Amino acid sequence: MSGWVIKGISTGIKTTAYPHGTESAAGVTPGLPIGGEFGAQAAALAQRCPVHALEHRNGSIAVDYRRCVHCYRCARGAAPSIDWQASYEWAGQSAGARARDGLGEPFQRSIHILVADAGDCGACLNEVKQLNNPYYSMHRLGFFITPTPRHADVLLVVGPVTDHMRVALQKIHDAMPTPKRVVAVGACALSGGVFADSFACAKGVGEVLQVDVEVPGNPPPPLAILHGLLVAVGRKPPAALISTSAGAELRR
Amino acid sequence: MNCAELKDAIERAWPGEARCRLDAETCVNEVKCGHGVLAHLCRRLFHEWDFGFAGLIVEEGAEAWNLRYVFYGARDAGWVHVFVDAPLSRGVFPSIVIESRIFAADWHEREAEDLFGVQFQGHPRLGDFVLHDDAWQEGVQPMRRGFDAQAAMRSRLPAADWRPRRIVEESGAFVMPIGPKFSGVTESVHFQLETVGEDVIRSWTRLFYKWRAVEKLAEGKSADDALLIAERFAATTAFAHGLAFCRAVEAIGGASVPPRARVLRVFLAELERLRQHAGAIQEICESTALMVATSQAGLLEEDLLRVSAELTGHRYLFGLLAPGGLLGDLHTEACRKALFDAKDIVARLDELERRLTISSSFLDRIEEVGVIFPRTAKAYSLVGPVARASGLARDLRRAQAYSGYDSFEFDVPTEQEGDGYARLRVLFAEARQSVRIMEQAAGALKDGEVATPVALVPGAALGWVEAPRGATFHWVRLDDAGRIARYRVVTPSFANWHSFHLGAEKFAFQDFPIILSTFDLSVAENDR
Repeated sequence: MSGWVIKGISTGIKTTAYPHGTESAAGVTPGLPIGGEFGAQAAALAQRCPVHALEHRNGSIAVDYRRCVHCYRCARGAAPSIDWQASYEWAGQSAGARARDGLGEPFQRSIHILVADAGDCGACLNEVKQLNNPYYSMHRLGFFITPTPRHADVLLVVGPVTDHMRVALQKIHDAMPTPKRVVAVGACALSGGVFADSFACAKGVGEVLQVDVEVPGNPPPPLAILHGLLVAVGRKPPAALISTSAGAELRR
Repeated sequence: MNCAELKDAIERAWPGEARCRLDAETCVNEVKCGHGVLAHLCRRLFHEWDFGFAGLIVEEGAEAWNLRYVFYGARDAGWVHVFVDAPLSRGVFPSIVIESRIFAADWHEREAEDLFGVQFQGHPRLGDFVLHDDAWQEGVQPMRRGFDAQAAMRSRLPAADWRPRRIVEESGAFVMPIGPKFSGVTESVHFQLETVGEDVIRSWTRLFYKWRAVEKLAEGKSADDALLIAERFAATTAFAHGLAFCRAVEAIGGASVPPRARVLRVFLAELERLRQHAGAIQEICESTALMVATSQAGLLEEDLLRVSAELTGHRYLFGLLAPGGLLGDLHTEACRKALFDAKDIVARLDELERRLTISSSFLDRIEEVGVIFPRTAKAYSLVGPVARASGLARDLRRAQAYSGYDSFEFDVPTEQEGDGYARLRVLFAEARQSVRIMEQAAGALKDGEVATPVALVPGAALGWVEAPRGATFHWVRLDDAGRIARYRVVTPSFANWHSFHLGAEKFAFQDFPIILSTFDLSVAENDR
């Protein structure tokens, strides 16, 4: 039997302490830029962002996390540089989020998730896939991936929604029973990301469906996606999607 | 035959009709010829002189269509770019798929017809390819220069009654449709499996659900902004595509990348290959429902993602490259640490392979399924581990070395069977070679600059890289302002998806997901 059982047991428990504790292993998150005071240099710094995620006012910079594509041009290459914070609890509630009641208590420890790819580059999808590996093991939280919309409570969408996927995505959403929630994952799904100018895709899921939870990142690491799912069922409070200054509102 | 002898041979064969210009430094033969010679020349190159077909690049000039067929040979045979042109008012060309029997060009011609409106005489299956007929009418040509997306959107006329063509008409035959949304965490792609019961008689793949018009999107952007797109259109192999793009821009400007940046690029490219192969192995284990092996491979993939992020800040190696080198330096010590971790991971990967090779239930599912014969691999000019598992030992790191790969020792693992198991063995063997290269690269790291300025002058060049899934070619043309005038991306998945249906046919339904996983295909990379 090539010893699979023994191998499995002898590997021991690898699963993260999150969400009950925190995860501090190196490399679990690329982090996010945090705003701050840059005085006279703020305008020049904001200009370096190719996707206009940095906004400056009176010398202070705020970051719109829905736009950030992790290009590090604000952090590398030239001075001044912006600080990055190695957090991962950064999923937020979208402006048009449905009321919490409906997907309440009974769902908190059991949701079935349908993962829809609407033009993703493969990275967000790969990070969603990691949620099933022993490090993240989302089954322990009662989160399951389902291939059929009829069994799904949460629709997790990645990608900017390409023209050719628009109808399919709408059909998936319509086929899901209520109550349901839509979680948009990744900069492309939130703002179109680097594909925002393309005529062949939308500027994010919000153009097609009502989005409840937004998970920024390009791609968001597995823990951020996990946080997004926990926000969707009300087990974790949402974070702010725009930092005002010095990242004070990054974790609420 | 080296590139100079090749030049003579071409000029001897078609005196006066094929004009050859050899750039001895880059070993590129640029051959300009008429429509009459095109098919004969391509046939010779492909079938007699053993060149691989890299891709077809269509450019809309001011007055003429310029078509460039790119072929690549081994080492000093170099490259051959075959040019033909036609007036803009009459963009009709012979189909080299039919005339020269180069099946590898099939999808290139279909794409050119669909997006530019260029016609290929004799090609039997044009239309409904990138632009789906149930979303767009025929005659929309988005890659043409004057294309007005707003107007095209307004006048949309999708074919409401569009149905895929069925071939099997046996009584009792039926179609099993799969996708675009199917299974758990999968990319969007549609399959139609025609069957009369158990075996898949014909399989048909419909791609481009994820078409984001990347090549169009890049036009008019600065090289820096286009790099963002190059990294992000298929981000599981972001570094390889970013590198191919940077190499093209550097070739235009004649920039020479500093040694430290070259070595770091090799180090990072091999780290990416190792991670991508671990991910592919995980998918193969998962498709056979061997759960402990899936978990073990999943741990390895996540470990490699963490090693990548610890070294560079990003799990998928975004934001490291810049035309001319790297955006920032990496610490030599950090590279050594990453190498140390990678060696440990490869030792665990070896253990996984040992266990898999004695798991009979696993081998039963993967051996002798999804067979791609060597002659098919050659006819379709397949690339990467899929080609090498079918006896086609093509690897651009060896055949057309770049970034100093010729100074490193490594093997190009090759298998002959062309089945799922052969592809799995190639993945394991290549992962070991990647660490071998990383070790040499870490040893070769000398202090120094990591970037050099690149002149953004008008011109065009090809950047090529052996990405984890195989050979990728990025053609970049810069205009007078140094902005992107044409960006053509030929990806390994585009080449390999073309042959996938052959792998799936004649096997049973339950083999389908396993065959799919062993091909390690990316839809995003194909669709662009």
